[in-house]
Amino acid sequence: MKELLKNKIAFAGMIFILVIIAFAILAPLISPYDPTQIDSKDILSRPSAKHIFGTDTLGRDVLSRIIYGSRISLSIGIIAVGIAVLIGIFFGSVAGYYGGKIDSAIMRFVDMMLCFPTLFLILAVIALLEPSILNIMVVIGATSWMGVARLVRAEILTLKERDYINAARLMGASDCRIIFRHLIPNAIGPVLVSATLGIGGAILIESALSFLGIGVQPPTPSWGNILMDGKSTLGVAWWVTVFPGLFIFFTVLSYNLLGEALRDIFETRLK
Amino acid sequence: MTRYITKRVLSLVPVFFGITLISFFVIHLAPGKPTELDSSLNPKVSYEARLRWEKIEGFDKPIYIQYAKWLKKFITFDFGRSYIDNRPVSKKILERIPVTLLLNMSALVLILAIGVPAGIMSAIRRGSLADRLTTVSVFIGFSVPEFWLALLLMSLFGISLHWLPVSGIKSMDFEYLTFSGKALDVLWHMILPVAIAALGSLAGISRYMRSSMIGVMHQDYIRTARAKGLDESAVIYKHALKNAVLPVITILGLSVPGLIGGSVIFESIFSIPGMGRLFYESVMARDYNTIMGILSIGAILTLLGNFLADIAYFCADPRIRVSE
Repeated sequence: MKELLKNKIAFAGMIFILVIIAFAILAPLISPYDPTQIDSKDILSRPSAKHIFGTDTLGRDVLSRIIYGSRISLSIGIIAVGIAVLIGIFFGSVAGYYGGKIDSAIMRFVDMMLCFPTLFLILAVIALLEPSILNIMVVIGATSWMGVARLVRAEILTLKERDYINAARLMGASDCRIIFRHLIPNAIGPVLVSATLGIGGAILIESALSFLGIGVQPPTPSWGNILMDGKSTLGVAWWVTVFPGLFIFFTVLSYNLLGEALRDIFETRLK
Repeated sequence: MTRYITKRVLSLVPVFFGITLISFFVIHLAPGKPTELDSSLNPKVSYEARLRWEKIEGFDKPIYIQYAKWLKKFITFDFGRSYIDNRPVSKKILERIPVTLLLNMSALVLILAIGVPAGIMSAIRRGSLADRLTTVSVFIGFSVPEFWLALLLMSLFGISLHWLPVSGIKSMDFEYLTFSGKALDVLWHMILPVAIAALGSLAGISRYMRSSMIGVMHQDYIRTARAKGLDESAVIYKHALKNAVLPVITILGLSVPGLIGGSVIFESIFSIPGMGRLFYESVMARDYNTIMGILSIGAILTLLGNFLADIAYFCADPRIRVSE
């Protein structure tokens, strides 16, 4: 934590993420308008004191929509990555610990999954199921665990030869206990880095899906579909497209900076 | 050499079957049958007609038999017929693949041409202004939503300034142009989509190149080269560069699925009639045969990309050749 505070840019990223999380939690308190309230007299008005980020084609306040959208976009990012991390840790630790045929079967499966153009697979599954928020989280998670699995496997392969693991085994600890109590906690550093970077990626995927029309469905605002609403009027009302895009950009950037800083910390600790 | 290639080709076979298996089951485990849109949801179709149709399409059989049948045809490049226009899926894909490949190959060239030198320069002049600028651009490249940037660039260069075309891959008067005119016209249309397609991987490659180069500069053989009095440029370009570039080949192979997947986005934005757009249209119309066909083909293209990267690595790195 101290080391994180020393890195000014990563610290700025962390502050930005905390602000966005506060936005998401306090949305009803801080958003100036109801995000779904339509006002036919106030369509596509420019950013002004009344509407800081202007209004969209239905006269809805863009700032309020962005504030409420942060709830959806952030929770999709965080939960999707949570799912990916759980699946990845499971497959990675089983493959690394047991080795042999189980290992090569799992790693071949990882190779196969990595061959699919990510967006193709996600697009197909979500469109066939139905684009609900839950489905989007699960599908993004289920298609992005492979990196974590590889990381955890590699960590466990080196850790399991250590003496303390032998000691645990001699004391009669079960496989399950060795994996969960002794191996995974020691392999968590790189996973944390990859998860932090992954949240940014998942937010980008959600926004891309919304942009293609199969993400979070209106009227629920997500950063992606606010942006999508502004697509057709970009020429006359840049604010509907530009502001949500900036929020996506700075949030993803913050997660990436934080992830890189964490990586530096863990790598120097190893040395 | 031959032994290595044979071994590598053999290892492709199980992955190939795995890919077809995943493509097939992902589509078939989703609730609903492709015939539903025109049958049970359509009140004019009788129950008997629906059964008859399901029988023709083979949906009354158990799923593993359906898979076996599909796979048997798939190997002979027969992906069935599209539910939209009843044309063979293989033909539809073949029509669309060249544009997508052209765009992605150009993106790859751009990635190499900019990413590698930028990474090397960053590594050599660590901490300089140029290095910092590159690092900042890398983070921007990683974090910017590509479709958003595409929209902004499109409205700036296409709509406000009229410098670049905003949609399609050729102009209206394409047929009347000379050969060189045609080439220029396509190139003109490619600028924006290729720039957008290259962005994400470009950032990745230059970052990777930088850390690879920094890693190599700390090796003993670099110290030896310096110790025997070689000047710095010889050390960098003759000794370090060769070793640092090698791993980039693998990373380049790994960036293929991202590029192909991204084509859904930029082909939709720029209305380019490629494979990504075809995939999007098929997904929206629940055209199962086309979806399965493109999913498998996309994955197989990636597999080939990785395979070629491995072979290139093998040819370039004597250490692997000796250890074989």
